[in-house]
Amino acid sequence: MKVKYFLTFTVVVAASCLLVALFTSPAHSRAASVAASGSITGKITYTGTPPKAKPIDMAKEPSCAKQHATPVTTEEVATGPDNTLEYVVVYISSGDQAPSAPTEGARYDQKGCQYVPHVLAFQVNQDLQIYNDDQTSHNIHPLAKANQEWNKSQPPGTPPIDAKYAKPEFIPVKCNIHPWMHGYFAVLGTSHFAISDKDGIYKIAGVPAGTYKVTAWQEKSSPVTQDVTVAGGETKADFSFKVTPY
Amino acid sequence: MRLKNLALGFVSALLILSLGGAATAWAQESHPAGRTGYAYKDGPFEDSGKQLYGRYCIGCHGPEGDSNGENAPWIDPKPRDFTLAVFKCRSTPTGTLPTDDDLYNAITRGFVTTNMPAWKPLSPDQRANLIAYVKSFSPRWKAEKPGTPITIPPETPINIDSVLRGRALFQKMECWKCHGPAGHGDGPSASTLTDSKDNPIRPYNFSIGTRFKCGTTNQDLYRIFMTGLDGTPMPSFADVIKPDEAWDLVHFLRSLQLALPTQELALWKAYYAAHASEVKPIGPENAPGGGK
Repeated sequence: MKVKYFLTFTVVVAASCLLVALFTSPAHSRAASVAASGSITGKITYTGTPPKAKPIDMAKEPSCAKQHATPVTTEEVATGPDNTLEYVVVYISSGDQAPSAPTEGARYDQKGCQYVPHVLAFQVNQDLQIYNDDQTSHNIHPLAKANQEWNKSQPPGTPPIDAKYAKPEFIPVKCNIHPWMHGYFAVLGTSHFAISDKDGIYKIAGVPAGTYKVTAWQEKSSPVTQDVTVAGGETKADFSFKVTPY
Repeated sequence: MRLKNLALGFVSALLILSLGGAATAWAQESHPAGRTGYAYKDGPFEDSGKQLYGRYCIGCHGPEGDSNGENAPWIDPKPRDFTLAVFKCRSTPTGTLPTDDDLYNAITRGFVTTNMPAWKPLSPDQRANLIAYVKSFSPRWKAEKPGTPITIPPETPINIDSVLRGRALFQKMECWKCHGPAGHGDGPSASTLTDSKDNPIRPYNFSIGTRFKCGTTNQDLYRIFMTGLDGTPMPSFADVIKPDEAWDLVHFLRSLQLALPTQELALWKAYYAAHASEVKPIGPENAPGGGK
């Protein structure tokens, strides 16, 4: 008797598992087989008065100071010709059906007591390697909130530090030893992103046809989002930030 | 007949499930899951963590555990923000949650030179119940497990060679950038330091002999620089200092404690008296990147 009940129960469970599997799997293959793909490109500009880039005094770290022929300046609001902005992360914030897994790790360098690049964008769970190219110790201290905050010393000549972040977050990075060192990790839930160059230009390639919310993020400003429809080829989307001198 | 059996079975299964759920909910309210090291008892209601927190902790740490209690504006350093689940004194690697024992020890020890007293008047069970409540302020405690405590190998012999090796490491690891060449907490970066909430923070001054925030023993000192003090500028050196070197560094740091009669200080004084001319000063002139 008992055996019979057990058998019936097993059959019912197995059947429902099969049904669930049947209904869920086609959705995944649909998302992956989107045909035409294009790119989103544009220019990042600002209105208003940006803060002046301040020169950084590295006299306390001679081994870094001598790497810079001209004094380096702060990069929180990096402006280019014709009111353009550098280091703006542009990414698909909603509607991304097929984020692809990263094929290689992201690399972040500490060079001349600066973070290179100033803003590094990468995907959740992507391998990140942090290098110290300097002749001085740095402590790399990403001030994560949604992810785990950690703080590690990295003396010169030591191997790169491996890291990974599981949740999307814009994480300020600092070195406590060299207080002028500031950077950002942009940990994104999409594989479709780009960072504006020194002329304020960005290009997100390999975007499947569709309608998306695209967000531009600048570390000192409120993010700007717009709807963008990609139908193959190149789609233009310019973004403008309001900046203040303080 | 069959149908009746089936219905009975279903109802009893539901009953068991819901009872189990209630038991789990109660367990989470007053007991941290996976707690080890302390016997846990069901105390009377006033001993529960929430009641105790409301009576003893809320004034500084705040009703939401976010360090915004009514006393907080007048306190420096600021109370811990439990919503971030970032803790200074851990036995676990940087970036991981502390163990319950770490939190228990922090409550028991208090934090010297801060407004956080040692809570010895509370019974061990009361302190344990407080830990359970403190852990309810951040979802991290549900999503993550505490880190695995670091291994501390047996201490190496204390002798002048170990002190000197530790001294070289203090130079090489550039501890002096914050803690100062003589450990007075006056290194070139000291005045710029802020914690993760942008509040100014001082590096430890070894010379005055106040006890360390995270314990008093050599093991505690070892643990501090190998795990780092999360939420502060003090990084972890676990990846770059080997265990033997770490003990050397402990022995050197003890020699900086001028206000205490440490064995290491006596060894250093005797060595310095005989070898003053050979001793290279700690500081930028001997930094790896070269001086000016």
